[in-house]
Amino acid sequence: MSVEPTNTHVRIRFSKAGRVRFVSHRDVARLFERALRKLHLPVAYSEGFSPRPKISFGLALTVAHESEAEYLDVELTEPIDLEALPSALTDALPQGMAAEAVIEIERRTPSLQQSIVSCHWSIEVLGATMPEITSRIDATLAAAELPQERERKGKTTVADVRPAILDLEIVGPTSDGVELRAHLGTESVSLRPTELVHVLDPAYREGRVRRTHQWIIVDGARCEPVSPPGSSTRHDLLRAS
Amino acid sequence: MDSVWSRLEPLLPQVQKPARYIGFEDGAKAKAPQAHLVNWCFVYPDTYEVGLPNQGLQILYEIVNERSDATADRSYAPWVDLEALMRANNIPFFSVEHHTPGGSFDVLAFNLSAELTYTNLLNCVDLSGVPVRSAERTAAHPLVMAGGHCTYNPEPLADFVDAFVLGDGEEVVGEITDVLTRHKSDPASTRHAVLVDLAQIESVYVPALYEVSYDGPRVASIVPATVEAPHEIEKRTVADLADWPYPREQLVPLTEVVHDRLNVEVFRGCTRGCRFCQAGMITRPVRERPAEQVRTMVAEGLERSGYDEVTLTSLSTADFSDIESVVNGIIDDSEATGRDAVSVSLPSLRVDAFGVGIAAQLQRARRTGLTFAPEAGTWRMRQIINKLIREEDLYQAVDAAYSQGWQRMKLYFLIGLPSETDEDTLGIAELAKNCVEIGKRHNKRASVTVSVGGFVPKPFTPFQWFGQNTSEELQRKVNLLRDATKRMKGVSLKWHDPKATLVEGIASRGDRRIGAVIEQVWRNGGTFQEWSEHFDLDLWLDAMAAAGITVEDAVYRHRTEAENLPWDHLSAGLHKDFLWQDWQDALAEVGLEDCRWTPCYDCGACTGFGIEHVVASATPPAGGSQGTGQDLSVGGAVPVTLMPRRAPAAPAHAGSGGGG
Repeated sequence: MSVEPTNTHVRIRFSKAGRVRFVSHRDVARLFERALRKLHLPVAYSEGFSPRPKISFGLALTVAHESEAEYLDVELTEPIDLEALPSALTDALPQGMAAEAVIEIERRTPSLQQSIVSCHWSIEVLGATMPEITSRIDATLAAAELPQERERKGKTTVADVRPAILDLEIVGPTSDGVELRAHLGTESVSLRPTELVHVLDPAYREGRVRRTHQWIIVDGARCEPVSPPGSSTRHDLLRAS
Repeated sequence: MDSVWSRLEPLLPQVQKPARYIGFEDGAKAKAPQAHLVNWCFVYPDTYEVGLPNQGLQILYEIVNERSDATADRSYAPWVDLEALMRANNIPFFSVEHHTPGGSFDVLAFNLSAELTYTNLLNCVDLSGVPVRSAERTAAHPLVMAGGHCTYNPEPLADFVDAFVLGDGEEVVGEITDVLTRHKSDPASTRHAVLVDLAQIESVYVPALYEVSYDGPRVASIVPATVEAPHEIEKRTVADLADWPYPREQLVPLTEVVHDRLNVEVFRGCTRGCRFCQAGMITRPVRERPAEQVRTMVAEGLERSGYDEVTLTSLSTADFSDIESVVNGIIDDSEATGRDAVSVSLPSLRVDAFGVGIAAQLQRARRTGLTFAPEAGTWRMRQIINKLIREEDLYQAVDAAYSQGWQRMKLYFLIGLPSETDEDTLGIAELAKNCVEIGKRHNKRASVTVSVGGFVPKPFTPFQWFGQNTSEELQRKVNLLRDATKRMKGVSLKWHDPKATLVEGIASRGDRRIGAVIEQVWRNGGTFQEWSEHFDLDLWLDAMAAAGITVEDAVYRHRTEAENLPWDHLSAGLHKDFLWQDWQDALAEVGLEDCRWTPCYDCGACTGFGIEHVVASATPPAGGSQGTGQDLSVGGAVPVTLMPRRAPAAPAHAGSGGGG
């Protein structure tokens, strides 16, 4: 079994698009377990009666939503060739899922669950017209509070979701609606894209939804947990919104 | 060909588990249906999670796709939420690979493994835009075919299915494809001509070519209506599994399914001779896969799939010749490749073949669930069903398992067996209690889950003449057991809903007149009847009443030696007089040894087909042909007669089942 202090911890960035977006968060975890086994990676396992691979994921992505920026942390019992990993892992994953980049992280790095503070989303709103949705967005951003009935862990509660709407702008019309770009908080008050569409107008329906960024704070600055391939530093992304 | 994907995709965010409908599993074939080829759609008429792992379907899917003149897609019954959206949006039944409409295929081929899925078959055909009754279909419609264990009594579905295949499908599927290829290039071909040609293939039954006459509740005769139809349809048997190392690429689904692991079939057939077991009777003789091939299929399958668990499937895997060294080899191979620990599970373990050796092998890797099937609570009862395991055998196996670290195991039993007394039923609780006591010597938290199912007599078994227990009687026995186990620490009881057992009985031995019942249940919305949230006994009872058939006649009645059974024109190889003799032996509490290691009883399964058992080991496992080596006359002094049926009484408890 693994001796923890010598283990290698890696953080993998991956995308999920197309048909595979209908696969649930839980099933994605299973897909990664099998993909890592196919590559014979030295994944660390928990002790005990039924050992589990030491893999942890970030915020769950709603079924049917796509993402350019999903993450998982994997603990390995020995170092591996990080450069070769993304393409090998992509080959072992289903079509539509791709490992984009990987970095080694410190053993004590806070978990993804703990450290993500907000996400950027591209949201297609169906049933909306440009002038109408413009005024809805203005009204939403101008509101001091937005009490909403929401379901969390099986319970219906009322919460003010206004603090979770960090930014909201129109990208432009699509063939069936309007594409928005939304920056939504995930900390004490969180708001999901589906809920945002409902907040704007209960008659609106959600079309394609894609997570474009997840953000963490490092040394007081916002950055992505793993930069996408092709970007030389983390900090060039700070101006992304 | 058309794809419904663009119309389906916008609906998927609205349904539960949409990953059921997207296809592209690892192992799925890219070859799309094409107009000039014979296009098969293999359908499992239940949810994706239940149907995907079905090995028979996967085997045929690969074999057809390897042919240059054919393609194969797969499909599963859409869950009720998607079905409603499909009907509202005019989207037909579709295949999961290419989302091709069901009506565009040449063949919709259903796997029938459970009676309660029959209404789903009708629903899938209807959703395809195809008339549910064969007689109303034209040359423009696909052929509707079916295979699988339930086809040994095809009569309840005879009005809806154009052709049934009996037995192993590996060879037949190719012969059917040949016939369809020939007709496809013949502009003068008619649907009738296709059916007549199909009926010439050995083991293919075309019910429309037969006439049925009745004598009250009984079938008087089922005879060919045309000279072109054979008088008897024999099942097909592949002689050597080594020729069929399928599936070569087991499907690895994107979403969790039942049996979500690598499955490798290690042998087919079983000659233990358990009299309740249809699978054991109809799949004879025993044909073992060579141990080397098993090892290769496991190693390659694990490597390809990324699974860390493999099940060696068969009707009684511990009977495989030298099973311990096979399990050993699998674990050695896995360790040699530096893989993570692999766990090996053996389903349907017989207690008499389970020793400390195999327990130790299995727990070299991760421990998986352990299930034993004593099937009956007393030695007397086990002689009647010919499951000749003694209590000592069970306790020794349980002790072996607990001593190797297992904490919990499952025990399977049947209730409602022929001549069963309350003493036999309560014997189940007694066995469970004793198993927990043995477990407590090794582990304070030792526990046992007892799972009981109501017995449904099946065609081509010695019990095919037995009148099934009423659902009230089964419920009374469940209640007896519930009361008996209530205060037993470490024993938990689960049971199959006796009402569902009743409906299984309707379809299991019903004749062609049951078709009207199935159709009416389906028309009244009775799909997914094997799901407790959708099962509705009243739908069935209403439909039975409308068809003028009583459950007394169809289910509860003991059949007589002289009467014609609805499947007498079919053959599973077994001689009817062998089965009758075995039924008489059962009533006389006489056991029958396993014929793999004793002289032939001439049941018919080998001799009729000119084939033999393929067994690597000439010596029986664990010291006897039934694994016990005991004197079979031990313990059974009670004379047995068929019990008069108890008058139906209102059930004392309304509870309807804890699953199972």
